[in-house]
Amino acid sequence: MSKTTKTALSSAILAGAVATAMASMAHAGPLTQEEGKAAMDAGKEKCYGVALAGLNDCAAGPGTTCQGTSTVDFQGNAWVFVPGGTCANIMVPGGRHGSTEPLDRDRPA
Amino acid sequence: MPSADDIHDLDAVGFRAAILDPARARPQTVTGPHGKQADKRFNVYRNNVTVSLINALADTFPAVQRITGESFFRDMAREFVRAHPPVSPLLFLYGHEFPAFVADFEHAARMPYLADVARVERAWLTAYHAADLEPLAPQALAAIDPACLADVTFRPHPAAALVRSGFAVFDIFDANRSQDTVGRIDAARAQSVLVTRPGTEIMVTALPDGHDAFFERLLSGGTLGEAAEAGMEAAETFDINEAIGGILSTGAFIAAETAQ
Amino acid sequence: MNRTRLSQDPAPAAGTSRFAARTARIPASAGVGFKHTHLDAILDDPDPVGFLEVHAENYMGDGGFPHRALERVRRDFPLSLHGVCMSIGGPQPLSEDHLARFKALVDRYEPGLVSEHLAWSTHDDVFMNDLLPLPYTDETLAHVCDHIDRMQEVIGRQMLLENPSTYVVFENSTMSETDFIREIVHRTGCGLLLDVNNVFVSATNHGFSPLSYLMDYPMEHVGEIHLAGHAVQEDDEGEPLLIDSHDAPVADAVWDLYAIVVRQAGPIPTLIEWDSDLPEWPVLRSEAAAADRILDEAAHSFMMGKSHGKISHAVG
Repeated sequence: MSKTTKTALSSAILAGAVATAMASMAHAGPLTQEEGKAAMDAGKEKCYGVALAGLNDCAAGPGTTCQGTSTVDFQGNAWVFVPGGTCANIMVPGGRHGSTEPLDRDRPA
Repeated sequence: MPSADDIHDLDAVGFRAAILDPARARPQTVTGPHGKQADKRFNVYRNNVTVSLINALADTFPAVQRITGESFFRDMAREFVRAHPPVSPLLFLYGHEFPAFVADFEHAARMPYLADVARVERAWLTAYHAADLEPLAPQALAAIDPACLADVTFRPHPAAALVRSGFAVFDIFDANRSQDTVGRIDAARAQSVLVTRPGTEIMVTALPDGHDAFFERLLSGGTLGEAAEAGMEAAETFDINEAIGGILSTGAFIAAETAQ
Repeated sequence: MNRTRLSQDPAPAAGTSRFAARTARIPASAGVGFKHTHLDAILDDPDPVGFLEVHAENYMGDGGFPHRALERVRRDFPLSLHGVCMSIGGPQPLSEDHLARFKALVDRYEPGLVSEHLAWSTHDDVFMNDLLPLPYTDETLAHVCDHIDRMQEVIGRQMLLENPSTYVVFENSTMSETDFIREIVHRTGCGLLLDVNNVFVSATNHGFSPLSYLMDYPMEHVGEIHLAGHAVQEDDEGEPLLIDSHDAPVADAVWDLYAIVVRQAGPIPTLIEWDSDLPEWPVLRSEAAAADRILDEAAHSFMMGKSHGKISHAVG
């Protein structure tokens, strides 16, 4: 298909598509709540809560715990660092999943 | 030669270095009262800085944390904090490098979708704080001369972000942002999502095939004609009617502009 | 700039405020730190708190829910704007970008009080997200005063400076914290935010008497008081080391100190800070009510002339 033909086709299609989009929107503006809910029920889009707490505050942290002083890192202690969340339910290509075991080569000698 | 900072009474350079690197000694002028020791005392600051930044990342990336589990997440986040401390006091700007860090993080290699989930969550927080701008009104699009439509470009809403993924990033994000039990998810189903904020609420949309190519062209300044071609090339099932409906319903743009 | 003209008076020229006149000033009663999770409860409370305080940095985004929420509560409540990361105590000049953002918030929300910390958090461009301590010397005093001058110049009004909770001291300090603070007030004309919990935390951590600190503190410049909960841990010698954790009710010893302060100085706007492990609204509300009871008693005895006047306070 030549470039010229494609563009001509696109122009015609685009004009029709805009008309279709307009006709399908019974009102001006973005989705109403009802439409939003319908779209969400269809599983295509979701809205998420907005009352996030602010990230900046002036409270001090955990004091004398060791979280800020740990020098342990993943390289030296891979055995300890194993994912333990929902990754076990998430299947990745090749039939593997977020395993609850560390990689063999990370096992301590 | 000592830098200008070395001659300050507050050894801010030494303080900063010791805060972020627990292997370093505390600044020499720091002590306990009445001759008391100060190791645990100085460590309070190390803890405050490190843990508060890890907490900020946990608040920004809750789905990533739920996927990896809290312990793995906090260890990974601590390495990130030390490698990439914030360069702005505004913590809602923190963590833009976190998805790339996760992608390169050896111990997360068996969660290859994890970095894309982090990208969606970072986009979510950007959308949360984005300017309150009215999305493009349908009439504005309808008012354009049909002959010019192929050359129209769109100005993105500051909340709009596209995350293209080779994994089921929407399904994984969605399941892990809720409190519900996470069932079995097939990560291999490629999905792309569009994050927008048409009002106050943030909308995360799983895009139909070809729409990711379509929106990518539009968000990077391409014309509607170029975007439609990109969509058609990307997927045989690409539906231009649905795509233009998506321009309006997601609120991803604030204005349509013709070449002149 | 002419420091003698500095004022906390937030009132813009007559008729230009976007907000109700009754919400312009912070009353000498109890307020709370505003958390989004409490938004509905705050608006629905039949016995509203006296004022709300927010951390400025959480509202430095361009738009979205935070500004919607703050605009909503600002319609009904006086507001105190509390900066947590201006880094006034550091050696480098304040960020002009950050000052401009702060100024924009002051203009937009017309807070009744504006405050920041005697601490630092940014060096070069690394932000450490904690209120870090500084030695008290002639040099650091000069830096702090320059920074407060600059901040007050940019926002066009007086700010209050908060005393810190600290866990270490500096060998090279040459003056006490109270002398340092008094000199700052003298040089810059700023007011003070007295955090009574911080006094108790630092006094415990460094082995001095909190009452002695308060006797030596320039109480007449206090425009606001902070109260918060702390955590008890151990120092290197196994003795109590208090952490300013803001995650618990105000401790009894801090309530006692607070009562002494307001009995002697008179009623002062008082904020309950609770930033971590947030409680349900009624718990936070009851902490504010407890502060109000002490303020009421203080107002009564102050009016009856029972104050010893040792620490006098010019209300308003």
